[in-house]
Amino acid sequence: MITDVASSPPRRRTRRRGGGLLPSPGWGYLMIAPALVGLVALYVWPFLTTFGKSFMDVPAFGPGTFTGVDNYTELLGDERFWQALRNSALYTAILLLGLPVAVVLAALIEQVSRGRAGYRVLFFLPVVTLPVAVSMVWRFIYNGDFGLLNYVLSRLGVDGQYWVADATFTIWAVGVVGIWMSLGINLIILGAGLQSIPPDLYEASALDGAGRVRQFFRITLPLLSPSLFLVTVLTVISALQMFDLIFVMLRSVNNTALADSKTIVYLFYEKAFVEFDQGYAAAIAIVLLMVIMVATLVQFRLQRRWVFYD
Amino acid sequence: MTDQALRGKPEKRTTTGSKASRHGEWVVHLVLAGAAVIMVAPFVWQLLTIFKSNREASQTPPTFLPENPTTGAFTTFFGSVPFWAQLTVSVSALVLRVIGQLAVSALAGFAFARLRFPGRRLLFGLFIAMLMVPSQLFLIGQFEIIRDFGMLDSIPALAIPGMFSAFGIFLMRQAFMSIPAGFEEAARLDGAGPLRTFWYVMLPMARPTMAALAVLTSLYSWNDLLWPLIVTPRGNNRPVTVGLAGLQGQFGTDYPTLMAGALVASLPLIVIFLVLQRQFFSGIASSGLKG
Repeated sequence: MITDVASSPPRRRTRRRGGGLLPSPGWGYLMIAPALVGLVALYVWPFLTTFGKSFMDVPAFGPGTFTGVDNYTELLGDERFWQALRNSALYTAILLLGLPVAVVLAALIEQVSRGRAGYRVLFFLPVVTLPVAVSMVWRFIYNGDFGLLNYVLSRLGVDGQYWVADATFTIWAVGVVGIWMSLGINLIILGAGLQSIPPDLYEASALDGAGRVRQFFRITLPLLSPSLFLVTVLTVISALQMFDLIFVMLRSVNNTALADSKTIVYLFYEKAFVEFDQGYAAAIAIVLLMVIMVATLVQFRLQRRWVFYD
Repeated sequence: MTDQALRGKPEKRTTTGSKASRHGEWVVHLVLAGAAVIMVAPFVWQLLTIFKSNREASQTPPTFLPENPTTGAFTTFFGSVPFWAQLTVSVSALVLRVIGQLAVSALAGFAFARLRFPGRRLLFGLFIAMLMVPSQLFLIGQFEIIRDFGMLDSIPALAIPGMFSAFGIFLMRQAFMSIPAGFEEAARLDGAGPLRTFWYVMLPMARPTMAALAVLTSLYSWNDLLWPLIVTPRGNNRPVTVGLAGLQGQFGTDYPTLMAGALVASLPLIVIFLVLQRQFFSGIASSGLKG
C-alpha cells in the first residue's frame, strides 16, 4: 500500500510510458500467462470437473452418466464415510491438543539466552524428515510385540497395546506422531509471533512485580493470540487432509484395524485410485472441501472471542 | 520473520535479579532438553536398530546398543531397491519443480505487484481462492490431464502440477510490493522497460523470498507421496517416497532394513536443511502469511 502511494505522482505524469505501476496490459498479461495457463488447466478446470463428477456415475473407462445427487445420498448413508469423518475429526482434535505444548515450548525457547538455534534445529528435524520414513520408524516403535514404547511402558508397570493394530488406539497413535511432526513448524510461527512482542511490556510488568507465570498469561498469551490463531487454522486444515501416516503406518496385508482407521482423504484415495469409483470419490472430496470451509469459518467467527488485535 | 528475529535478540530481562534469572534459565534448559530428547528419541532408536540383526531388533526385551554391530541392513537395502534410480527421479523432479515454480511465481508475482492491467484484481482473487481448496480436489482432474498428454510415469508428470502454486505467486507478490518504488523509477529513468526492471532490479532484491520459496517447494516436492503414487501406475520413474512406502510390503518385518531405507531416503533433505536452516525457517515463518 505504501508503494502505491509513493509511486502515484510519477504514475500520473508518465502515463504513456511502459513500466512501473502504470497501465501495462501487454507485459502484465504476458507475465501472468504461464501462471494463468497452469492454474486454470491444473487447478480451476480439475476443480470444476471434480465438482461435475460428484453428480455422475463414472466407470473406470468411458464417459459417466448424470445421476444427480445419488453419490451424496449414498455417501450420507455410508457408515464407512461417517467412520472416516469421525477419524479425521478425532485426529484433528488430537493435533489441537498438542498446540498448548507448542506454545509453552516456544515461550521457553524465547526465555533462554543461549542455545536457541540448537533447540530450533532439533525440534525441526521431524519436519524435514520424509513423512514416509518417520511413519516407518514410529510403526516399529509402536509394534505390539517388541516395540520400544511397550517396553518402556512395561518398565513403568503399564500394559502395552497393539497401538497400530487395534482400532481403539490407531488414531491416537497416529495423532501423537502428527503432533511430533508438526511441532517444529508451529514453533517457528509462534516464535515469530513471540519476537514481535515489545520487550518493554515485560520490563514494565516486572517493575509492577509480575512474576513469570503471570507475565505469560497476561502479556505473552494475549499478544501471541494472532499467531496462535494462525497456527490453529493451519493445523485444522492440514489435519483434515491427513493421508501419509495412515497409508504407511497402518497399511499391511493383515492389519484389520485399517478398515476402522481410514481418514477422509484415505477413503478418497481408495475410491478414486484403487477402486476407480471417481464419481463417489469426487463427492467425498467436495464434502471434504465443505468440512474445511465450515471449520475455517467457525474458527474465524470464534476468533473474536479470544484473539487479541491491537 | 526478519533476519534479526532469526538471529535472536538481546536479553530482555533487566529487573529480576541476575542470579535468580540464571537459576531459572537452568530449569528452562532442563525442560527444553527433556523435550528435545523425546523429539530425537525415534531417530536414535532408528539409528541403533539399523546396526542390529533382524533377530536382535525384534527380540524382547530389546537391547539398547547393537550386540554385534552390522551394516547388513544397508547391504540388503541397496541390494534390493533401485535407490539410485529413485534418487535421480526425486532430485530431477525437485529441480524441475523448483525452477518452474520460481519462474512462474516471480513473473506473476511481479505483474500483480507492479503492473496494472484490466482484470488484475479479479485474476489475483481467483488464484488466492485456489489456496483454500484442499489439494485432493484437483487430483482426479490433474491425473486425467497428465494421462491424456501421455505423460504418466514420467518425471515432468511428477513436477508439473507443483510448479503452479497460488501460494508461491502470493509470496512473490508480497516480496515485490515491499520493494520501494524509487528503485523502479530509477530504472525507468534509465530507460529500462518492465522486463529489464524485473530482471535486473526487482529480482535480485527479492532473492531472500525466492530462497525461502525454493526450500519450501523442495520440502514439499521431496516429501510428496500421494501424487507420485497416482501418476506412476506402471512403476516407472518412482521417486524415493513411493519406493520407500513399497519397501514395507517387500521387507515386512525386516526392521533394520526398513530403518536403513528410511534413513538413506531422508538424509539428502536433512543435510540440505542443516546447511540452509535460515531459509527453511524464514520460509516457514512467511508461510504464515497464507492465513
